[in-house]
Amino acid sequence: MNKELSVISDIILSIENVNHTYYDDTDNHVEALQDINLEVRRGEFLSIIGSSGCGKTTLLRLIAGLEKPETGKLILNGEQIFGPDPQRGYVFQQGGLFQWLTVEKNIAVGLKARHVYKENKERIAHYIDLIGLKGFEKSYPHQISGGMAQRVAIARALINNPRVLLLDEPMGALDSFTRADIQDKLLEMRKENDTTMILVTHDVDEAIYLSDRIVIMTPRPGRISEIMEVKLPHPRSRGGSEFLAIRKDILEKLHLASALPQPEYTI
Amino acid sequence: MENSVEIGLPIPANIKAKPLKKGLKAVSTKAWGGYFSLTLLGFAIAILANLLVRQIADVEIKTYTLAGIPVTFNTLYQLVLGAIIVIYAISGIYSYSDPYRRAKFASRAPFRFVMGLALTAWDILGTKLLLLPQPFFPGPAKILESFLMEGDFIWENTLYSLRLFAAGFSLGVIFGIGTGIIIGWFPKVYYWVYPILKITGVIPAVAWMPFALTLFPTPFSAAVFLIVICAWFSIAALTAQGIQSTPKSLFEIARTLGAKTPFLVFRIAVPQAMPQIFTGIANANGFAFTTLVMAEMMGQPGGLGYYINLSKVWSAYYKVFASILVMAVLFSLIMKGIGLIQARVLRWQKGWVKE
Ligand SMILES: Nc1ncnc2c1ncn2[C@@H]1O[C@H](COP(=O)(O)OP(=O)(O)O)[C@@H](O)[C@H]1O
Ligand SMILES: [Mg+2]
Repeated sequence: MNKELSVISDIILSIENVNHTYYDDTDNHVEALQDINLEVRRGEFLSIIGSSGCGKTTLLRLIAGLEKPETGKLILNGEQIFGPDPQRGYVFQQGGLFQWLTVEKNIAVGLKARHVYKENKERIAHYIDLIGLKGFEKSYPHQISGGMAQRVAIARALINNPRVLLLDEPMGALDSFTRADIQDKLLEMRKENDTTMILVTHDVDEAIYLSDRIVIMTPRPGRISEIMEVKLPHPRSRGGSEFLAIRKDILEKLHLASALPQPEYTI
Repeated sequence: MENSVEIGLPIPANIKAKPLKKGLKAVSTKAWGGYFSLTLLGFAIAILANLLVRQIADVEIKTYTLAGIPVTFNTLYQLVLGAIIVIYAISGIYSYSDPYRRAKFASRAPFRFVMGLALTAWDILGTKLLLLPQPFFPGPAKILESFLMEGDFIWENTLYSLRLFAAGFSLGVIFGIGTGIIIGWFPKVYYWVYPILKITGVIPAVAWMPFALTLFPTPFSAAVFLIVICAWFSIAALTAQGIQSTPKSLFEIARTLGAKTPFLVFRIAVPQAMPQIFTGIANANGFAFTTLVMAEMMGQPGGLGYYINLSKVWSAYYKVFASILVMAVLFSLIMKGIGLIQARVLRWQKGWVKE
């Protein structure tokens, strides 16, 4: 069998030797990512965890095409990523709904932007149903709660049927009930569309509950220190012994990661 | 809403009760009666005073025929007061069942009452006793006589002003928003044009009058030009600012959703800038009224400003006041109209929901 072909079919996204540095006006620069190599499998749920400032958002922005890597390349389905594309949906850290549009019109933005609104507008109702916002179609973003707004942001990205959905701490500011709810919704949506999901989170439990694999990153410079498989069947019980064992393992690795010798000039 | 465990679930917008504004006290339906009477009482007193107080000073009271009925300026004055009473009575009754409207109506009652009393005093001092310096301060009824004398002519001039305003202001809005978008979107254009816009923007538009009169074939088009530029500066500057202030993240989100440049400009930046665009329009509105009247006073063959000039020459100050009265009504209506459009376009801002 041709090895190349099988790689193309299993791996949806590959990140090869990516380095990224931010330069600012002064001579300072931040090495946000160093030597990133990662292959994301088709249809998998991948989580990225790590302390803040370790380059998680930068990595997602590179995949989204909002940022160009300083060196290295990112390849989706055999094609190098050069800019944003609705194939790669992106849910921002703070939902970022368009304040002047109602819930349903926010969800419809992707359809309108791609000029496929007419033939797809029936699907809006389906997504509103899916995120449990029936009755709020005509509400404006400031009239709904933070959790609802995040679900709208997720639906807005999903209506484009992206091959990959990038989620940047979408539940960071939410209470635990709302989080659990959105987590289940994410799994439901993944099952429905076979979307590959890449989630940035700082919540270990959330990562274990959702993911097939967990990428652990370390800061200064941002690197991947470890990739862990989570081989538990869904639905996962958050209190199960295997769950807790994985949790302990990850926490240890995170501690270990942050205990690595730091460059001398940092305090 | 199955599957949702939201805490403190907000009520959908369309069933949310409108909260009372700050400083607006709730008024019970019982107390409403008092405010209702108070509102109408002042104007009723004004009518009675006009009817009952004897005409002491020597004032010529001409009789005109209106639709076959003989009327004097006093009759017209009473009719106008009667119309005010009817309008306030209707708005009062309409407010009865809604707590928000009731509170608003009640809060205005004392002011309206005093307005009625002020009219009464003015009528007595200005017409009945003729104690105010004449002809500069005619009584309210005398002012209304202008409409009996030459209502058609005033109407003609009102239409002229309205046409001038409509042409100038709508063109100003269109050019202002159009160029504002270009200035705000392209950094190079912003760099070169915005400073010029800011400097020339402080020059009152009428300063261009001599230039406009030579450049344009008719006085009407010259005045349109002046209104266009006065509206244009303010709207273009604020539109450009609004476009520039769009958070970068909104463009990024839209691009990940598949948006290309035209979408980013017209569906993201422009709606996002709408509050500022409307601030520009509101400013421009005020400038445009000033420019309109000044242009008319400086050489138009018609318009309310022209009517003021004409009346002043004959020392007919009651006509000057009549023209001012028409302006007040006309400009208030235009402001109100623009306010309604603004409330509609910016309904997402205030949670204002169409019923
Ligand atoms: N636009 C930027 N300009 C300069 N430095 C940046 C920029 N964005 C991020 N950084 C820096 O890069 C590092 C990684 O940032 P980020 O990817 O946001 O981390 P994370 O999402 O893991 O918290 C941080 O040190 C941050 O300060
Ligand atoms: Mg981040």
